[in-house]
Amino acid sequence: MKKSTGNNSENLKVIKSKNHISDIFFEKTTLFFAFLIICIVFWIIYEMFIDSAPSRDAFGWGFIFSQDWEPVKEQFGALTFIYGTVVSSIIALAIALPVSLGIAIFLSELAPQIIKTTLSFLIEILAAIPSIVFGFWGIFVLAPFMRNTAQPFLESTLGFLPFFTGTKIGFGLLTSGIILAIMIIPIISAISRDVLKTIPQAQREAAYALGATRWEAIKMALLNAKSGILGATVLGLGRAVGETMAVTMVIGNRAQIKISWFEPAYSMASVIANEFAEASGKIHLSSLIEVGLVLFAVTFVINSLARFLIYSTTKKLTVK
Amino acid sequence: MEAYEILANPKNLKRRKIINIVMLTLSVVSGLVAIIPLIYILFYTTAAGISSLNLDFFTQLPKPVGEPGGGIANAIVGSVEIVGLGSAFGIPIGLMSGIYVSEFSKSFFANIVKFVTDVLSGIPSIIIGIFAYGVIVLQTKHFSALAGGFALGILMIPTVTRITEEMLKLVPISLREASLALGISRWKTTLKIVLRTASGGIITGMLLAIARAAGETAPLLFTSFGNSFWSESIDSPTASLPVQIFNYAISPYAEWHQKAWAGAFVLIALVFIISLIVRLITKNKFSQSV
Repeated sequence: MKKSTGNNSENLKVIKSKNHISDIFFEKTTLFFAFLIICIVFWIIYEMFIDSAPSRDAFGWGFIFSQDWEPVKEQFGALTFIYGTVVSSIIALAIALPVSLGIAIFLSELAPQIIKTTLSFLIEILAAIPSIVFGFWGIFVLAPFMRNTAQPFLESTLGFLPFFTGTKIGFGLLTSGIILAIMIIPIISAISRDVLKTIPQAQREAAYALGATRWEAIKMALLNAKSGILGATVLGLGRAVGETMAVTMVIGNRAQIKISWFEPAYSMASVIANEFAEASGKIHLSSLIEVGLVLFAVTFVINSLARFLIYSTTKKLTVK
Repeated sequence: MEAYEILANPKNLKRRKIINIVMLTLSVVSGLVAIIPLIYILFYTTAAGISSLNLDFFTQLPKPVGEPGGGIANAIVGSVEIVGLGSAFGIPIGLMSGIYVSEFSKSFFANIVKFVTDVLSGIPSIIIGIFAYGVIVLQTKHFSALAGGFALGILMIPTVTRITEEMLKLVPISLREASLALGISRWKTTLKIVLRTASGGIITGMLLAIARAAGETAPLLFTSFGNSFWSESIDSPTASLPVQIFNYAISPYAEWHQKAWAGAFVLIALVFIISLIVRLITKNKFSQSV
């Protein structure tokens, strides 16, 4: 259209300007919806901020460092919940990371094609299973197993550590950590596999040509993919921190800080899930919303970090 | 020691070979170990669920403890209602912003939209529930399917946006150029050529978003709440499948547990069927585009 000359230019101009208006209208319509997403996110932050105001005014920063959670006395502090969330997520990550790396290596480097597709499909499905199902399974299968088999075993072998002693109820930090690990393994392994795939095959071939063993070649690919894998891990961490139902069902829901991982605890998301609908009084409700605000802040930081790490690896490698 | 000496030394070679075998075995074993609980969950739920599944489950209202029979028909209908409301709200927003990010993405603003969509997808669903509570329940002073649908809609947006964007990017540029060269305007090209070409993949994305939303429990706990009977309208508390499963699961009654397993099985079956459809659609899609 740029090169149009002479007689037609007038015509073209008409067509162009007609198209132009409808095109602009279309672009602006899509822009409007895109803008709506930004509005919603800011609205969420605003709403949480406003609704938690009574609690923030009453307790200030002490809210984060206080262990009291007594609706009757209207004393609220989030430390026990922060502790429960942090510890269960760390346990989950400690279990999930090595296992997911193994799966990612297996899927991207070792497995024959048929196993690759089947396993990938299975992992996809598992990533889509509702968390309520995991939690339900946790109550009736995992918790009894922990109580009768795993916890006695851990106490007899690793009992010298303070984490593995105490009453064996089956519901507690360790159980929720394991459930979370099971839930985040599909995510971490899927993304790690994708990141490993972006590492050029030529690098592995070069390693083989230098006489490297298969593991040494894979190790090199892993080193090159490390920030992407770290990103996948952090993304899994974000998921674990925000997970509500499965944790609520197995963590035991007792607001306490105990060194033992067998002990019941409480997480940020769980306390909201359990108490929100029945919250009595303005200050109780707004304290729960402040717990939500803390949870939001934590997941926001974690997810931004994860996106940055994944983006930097895949970008660097696909551009080349 | 020089690098080649390390490599050439037969003693080292033996050690390296052993490490090689150990690490590769570990990788395969960890894969198997992880798959076991996952498969176990699938089969356990299926086995426990199918045995307590019958026609009543889909057609009857819940019965009080002690009375045999009964189902959770109201929760199934409620779930359909809430997810439907969510889709009506979330899918258009997701679709249109996906088009924006993919087709007009030159701008700096598109990157912001992408980032914010990522932020939204990372927000725990329970927080979306709090938001819907503050915006709708607190204003109307009662729980409602509408509030639940609003929460699920927001949760669906990032999935739909992301998949729309990715699917539109798979459509070759030459197709757009050919259409534009024929004098078809940009918006018609986008809607009738690009979007239609990518429609299979986009429908996939929507199905995935719907499947995920159908299993969400946390945001419904204090938005649509629950109801032992049929809900009168979208403006009243409404039972949903996941919340019903949760309430049954944490109850002390064995017969309610049976119902919860059946419900969990229905959810898993839904996810499985949708994933299978998705697989088939995308497979077609890729064989076409390659």
